[in-house]
Amino acid sequence: MEQAISKTTIVNQLQQSILQWQGFAPPTINASKRIGLGDLETAFPNGVFPTGSIHEMLCSTREHTAATTGLLCGILAALMKNGGVCLWISTNRRLFPPAMDHFSAAPEKFIFIDIEREKDVLWVMEEALKCDGLAAVIAEIRQITFAQSRRLQLAVESSKVTGFLLRTDLKKLTTNVCVARWQVSSLPSVLEDDMPGVGYPCWEVELLRVRNGLSGKWQLQWNGNGFAPAGEDVSEHHPTTQQHQNKATAVEYDLFETRQAG
Amino acid sequence: MQRYFSIWFRHLLTDWLTLRQPELKEIPFVLVAPERNRIIITAVNLLAEQQGIVRGMTAADAKAVVPELKVLDHLPGKAEKLLSAIGEWCIRYTPLIAIDPPDGLILNISGCTHLWGGEPGYFKEIINRLHSKGYDVRGAIADTAGAAWGVARFAKKHPIIEPGKQVEALLKLPPAALRLELLMLDKLHKLGFYTIHQFINIKRSALRRRFGDQFLLRIDEALGNTGEHLQWLQPVKRYHERLPCLEPIRTATGIEVAIQTLLQNLCKVLQREGKGVRTAILQCFRVDGRVISIDIGTNRPSCSVNHLFKLFELKIPTIEPDLGIELFTLEAPKVEDITAEQEALWHPEGCGLDSPALTELLDKVANKIGAKNIHRYLPQESHWPERALKPALSLAEKPAAPWRTGRPRPSLLLKKPERIKVTSLLPDNPPMLFIYKGEKHIIKKADEAERIESEWWRRKCPHRDYYVVEDEKGRRYWLFRSGHYTEQNTQWYIHGFFA
Repeated sequence: MEQAISKTTIVNQLQQSILQWQGFAPPTINASKRIGLGDLETAFPNGVFPTGSIHEMLCSTREHTAATTGLLCGILAALMKNGGVCLWISTNRRLFPPAMDHFSAAPEKFIFIDIEREKDVLWVMEEALKCDGLAAVIAEIRQITFAQSRRLQLAVESSKVTGFLLRTDLKKLTTNVCVARWQVSSLPSVLEDDMPGVGYPCWEVELLRVRNGLSGKWQLQWNGNGFAPAGEDVSEHHPTTQQHQNKATAVEYDLFETRQAG
Repeated sequence: MQRYFSIWFRHLLTDWLTLRQPELKEIPFVLVAPERNRIIITAVNLLAEQQGIVRGMTAADAKAVVPELKVLDHLPGKAEKLLSAIGEWCIRYTPLIAIDPPDGLILNISGCTHLWGGEPGYFKEIINRLHSKGYDVRGAIADTAGAAWGVARFAKKHPIIEPGKQVEALLKLPPAALRLELLMLDKLHKLGFYTIHQFINIKRSALRRRFGDQFLLRIDEALGNTGEHLQWLQPVKRYHERLPCLEPIRTATGIEVAIQTLLQNLCKVLQREGKGVRTAILQCFRVDGRVISIDIGTNRPSCSVNHLFKLFELKIPTIEPDLGIELFTLEAPKVEDITAEQEALWHPEGCGLDSPALTELLDKVANKIGAKNIHRYLPQESHWPERALKPALSLAEKPAAPWRTGRPRPSLLLKKPERIKVTSLLPDNPPMLFIYKGEKHIIKKADEAERIESEWWRRKCPHRDYYVVEDEKGRRYWLFRSGHYTEQNTQWYIHGFFA
């Protein structure tokens, strides 16, 4: 028994140090590094949103892009709290800066770089990621190879800038070194007591893949100054994809049974 | 003390024509131009001059005097071109050269003559070189441009006037040596003033009353009492570095070394004066005579060799050395004062808009993809969505007013609203459903209309009634109806997507 305990502690310690070598923050600075995403942050290793790495967000349609932009602005607002500037690199920009202010991100702290050629996007992104002190760099990009993503990762490792790739073409998805793959879709907004009108924006945030972390689905709401779990405790957390799949099959099975019963 | 050298080309145009057409050497010829219905002689060659032809005669009279006289057309503007070409050639003797139309050059030779063994050697060198080229020239050296001009044209001997002796040299010369107008010369002649010493000692007030200010100014310029402003052929560039190469440079590494050397020299000068580069131009003179120039710009003045080199580095691939580059020049046409950066003991976590790291990054990006593609936006006082923001002029500019957050605004805004098909229950109700890009959206929730009108001082266009709507899947859109509801042509548009 004692041997078993010591074994698990040793494994845990090893995991911790591996994470630290990989650039993930140790659990001791949890509180200060929180960015207000609530439960979702527990999906990441040590329960800390990994800054200083590359995130990938899937925006296949304009609706997805709009929803992703909302969530992203909320995250950026937290990242820019210590002062700092964001760079937004795009080839075909439709973003409306005044809307960022609704998500507490100051639009005048953003510098937009419009690029005609896709090739230059990566160059500018890499140069920007090398620049110390930027809060974040966001790039809208269609295609990126493994080697290119590796270059970005190397740039990020020395400067600790957070990078976000907005992937507009889902057919071109390939393996890369991004720390997480996000997909944000809109959910119907909820107003108290069934009041008419459109309420605060709600999203279903799905982490399709997290390096050293747990993927899953969360429902979030922006309540004017911060994130909150959407509606009345609808948020669910699937610890692992394996379990998630199990649950999905279970639900299907249930349905099947009820149908048969009917 | 300044020294000036005036060169007078006695037969500038005819000498040049003789050089081009050697057969003209043996015959007297003149250049003529029509003036008030008469054909007037504008230039005379030496042979014709010896036979009594002078400038200003009519061609018919000259023909009567010398029957074999050849008459050619005047070459307008040629004299100035020739003078500036010869002036450029003379830059080997002094950097400061002004052309003195119609037939002279003025050289500021202060501090240059010792290279040719003093003023006599210098004088002889230039005059002999021009003579050997085929130009009939005379020259003079004096303390002032005016005195040198007069002595070159009117003194028979002693062309080099010692420092401070220009007054004595001018005394015996006719008044024309003072560069006066023809009218003034006639007046002086009528009054019996044939040499300068006859009137130079008259009281200034009397001279001014009689001949005007211009006359006194010319005297003062010749005597050195006032300075004279001359327009130099090649203005002196302040921040300009040259790097001649022993052998033509053909490799990228060679170009890099050249740029670094130039930048180091330039930045040393700039640093001493507390200035920084805003724009810099690198010119590469190729062996085949072509000049390639690349330029860089910075967002804020910089005299850091590393940073400026990085900006140039991006453009090195655009330089084609071809057979080789023999001379590099680097010029900073626009420099500004550097505000000293205070060294910080610790650096804050995030860098602000004023941090040097950010400006250096933006410089790099601007030089690669163009400064017009970098934007920053500030709020503008307008309800019309397209005009709610304006581009910031600089990184330091702060918003004059807060962003308007009273009403919801979409996170994506289409550059041009797109038409959609809409069904609504009542004219002023929010739509029930709309069809956009072939997809039907059934609207579950909607906000009340927000009416936005264009400003009255702008072009008249119909108001827009904006609706925030949410469809059955929770996707939120910004729709508007253009103008009032009418039976036939009510047009709906989609303008944005909400988060």
